[in-house]
Amino acid sequence: MGEKSQQSAVSSQQSNVGAYGNTPDKKPKATRDEYGDTLLELGKKRQDIVVLDADLSCSTKTNKFATAFPERFFNMGIAEQDMIGTAAGLSLTGKVPFASTFAVFETGRAWDQIRLTVCYSNTNVKLVATHGGITVGEDGASHQALEDVALMRALPNMTVIVPADAAETASVINTIADYKGPVYVRLGRAKVPYIMPDDYKFRIGKAFVFHIGRDVNIVASGIMVAIAKKAAEMLSKDGLDTGVINMSTIKPLDGEALLKVAKSSKLIVTAEEHSVIGGLGGAVCEFLSENHPVPVKRVGIHDSFGCSGNPDELIKFHGLTAEDIVKTVKNAINHS
Amino acid sequence: MNAATKGKITDVKELENIAKKIRLHILHMLTRAGSGHTGGSLSAVDAAVAIYFSKMNFNPEDPSWKDRDRFILSKGHAAPLLYAIMAEAGYFPFETIGTLRKIESPLQGHPCCKSLPGVEVSTGSLGQGLSVANGMALGLRLDNNPAKVYCIMGDGEIQEGQIWEAAMTAAHYKIDNLCAVVDNNGLQIDGPVQKIMGIAPIHDKWAAFGWHVIDIDGHNMEEILRALDEAEGVKGKPTVLIANTTKGKGVSFFEGKVEYHGVAPSAEEYERAVKEINNG
Repeated sequence: MGEKSQQSAVSSQQSNVGAYGNTPDKKPKATRDEYGDTLLELGKKRQDIVVLDADLSCSTKTNKFATAFPERFFNMGIAEQDMIGTAAGLSLTGKVPFASTFAVFETGRAWDQIRLTVCYSNTNVKLVATHGGITVGEDGASHQALEDVALMRALPNMTVIVPADAAETASVINTIADYKGPVYVRLGRAKVPYIMPDDYKFRIGKAFVFHIGRDVNIVASGIMVAIAKKAAEMLSKDGLDTGVINMSTIKPLDGEALLKVAKSSKLIVTAEEHSVIGGLGGAVCEFLSENHPVPVKRVGIHDSFGCSGNPDELIKFHGLTAEDIVKTVKNAINHS
Repeated sequence: MNAATKGKITDVKELENIAKKIRLHILHMLTRAGSGHTGGSLSAVDAAVAIYFSKMNFNPEDPSWKDRDRFILSKGHAAPLLYAIMAEAGYFPFETIGTLRKIESPLQGHPCCKSLPGVEVSTGSLGQGLSVANGMALGLRLDNNPAKVYCIMGDGEIQEGQIWEAAMTAAHYKIDNLCAVVDNNGLQIDGPVQKIMGIAPIHDKWAAFGWHVIDIDGHNMEEILRALDEAEGVKGKPTVLIANTTKGKGVSFFEGKVEYHGVAPSAEEYERAVKEINNG
């Protein structure tokens, strides 16, 4: 394996992929691609599933559902606010609407609509957004949602989920179709390796603990779980027993799992492809400072916008590589 | 057979009397509350009464009855109007109207569907009700459910861009199990609508967006009923009634006064208003 592929966190089309996967036989797959496939299967099984999109169905992959079930698919055009309201209305007649577009537009453009007609009205609307984070790539900052988790997490009644790989995405989508209430799911554009165990099944509000570290524990979400696992390997080689937790449900946060790892180590590091303000890092700090204060370092986007570039370059540029996590851990330990 | 269809009222005089009672309830609630939106609650009374009592199938005993017709008050600040109608229809004990805007009351300052069964969706942030109405209409159509959806908007409210997104959607999806109403009272908080942000020509705008548009005197019960009948017969496109109304209608010293958009009557004003309505 070449130098480049070992550092590759997510794949752009040009680079080698799957460097951090635990199942090398399975080719990396974008979580949005899995969403499209799972949604299609759900549509076959359940008549009450309806899907809305705002002119991005080819990118969010809801086009698969649209082709199979045109009468249950509503393209709303480039009108996210109307899409959310319409989804709320559909849910109020007993349908289970999945409303999709890019994370920036879903959460930012239609925030007040989500607040009033989804959360305050507590309607059974599933907001599944793709193109979360900087790995959107070349489209640049206008299309890279780095605040979406914070925006959704602040809303009462909302559940917020960021799956780590395609298998977890399938499990998440099937789970939320059966759950009653507002849900936000953040998916990505780029292909990501399979990292969750084959027998893993997602449960809302339950983190997956790969290993509990005695020295450090990294709490990660989305594509950063794979990167955190790589960082943990590197740190363990340097004699630091490092745990990794996939905190795929960011709200409600799995406080029990968090307490367990916080009590076992002196340092917690969070890792997210999102602003460190208000996202996973913020949620972990809020919980631990009230329940079990321990030092926390946050790896993520530090109060800035993204930029154009390919996903691998952007991961490096914004300090989200395994090496960056290692550096953060070592600095924290050296200064304690 | 659901109890909902207990004889709809088609007699104009009877509906006018209900409208009078609703106006009295609204004034009573607002005066007790000491705050709230008087002008826009009173302007929309007649259309709302006609829709609820002459057209809609509903059942206060079973607010989530799946075959009910739906009513969305997109201009949520006219909440007292919705509550007065719901009280009159028997959704909750009449005494409850005295709790408007009070702590822990089901009658929140703006309608909350989680606090008060029978409210279809929470509103209050303007411009959102028509989208929800479209969604309901589409959902009912998927189920081959003949139930209808009604939605009342304010004229100032249609300054919101989302209204026009929803207007496009309703026409694009040929939603004809929906009838919308614009309560065209000409005033918004900061002044006359045409002065703050002109929306004219209202009729032509909706027509250009693919709607069947009916202009009516929004205080003439006969005209309202005729328009609602006409709307039911329109197929393949949505219908909107442009209800030309007077803000504060029914109380001479509130009528056409922008000052009473968001102000409740004083005790003295209440006494005078009740006399006027009872004598009118």
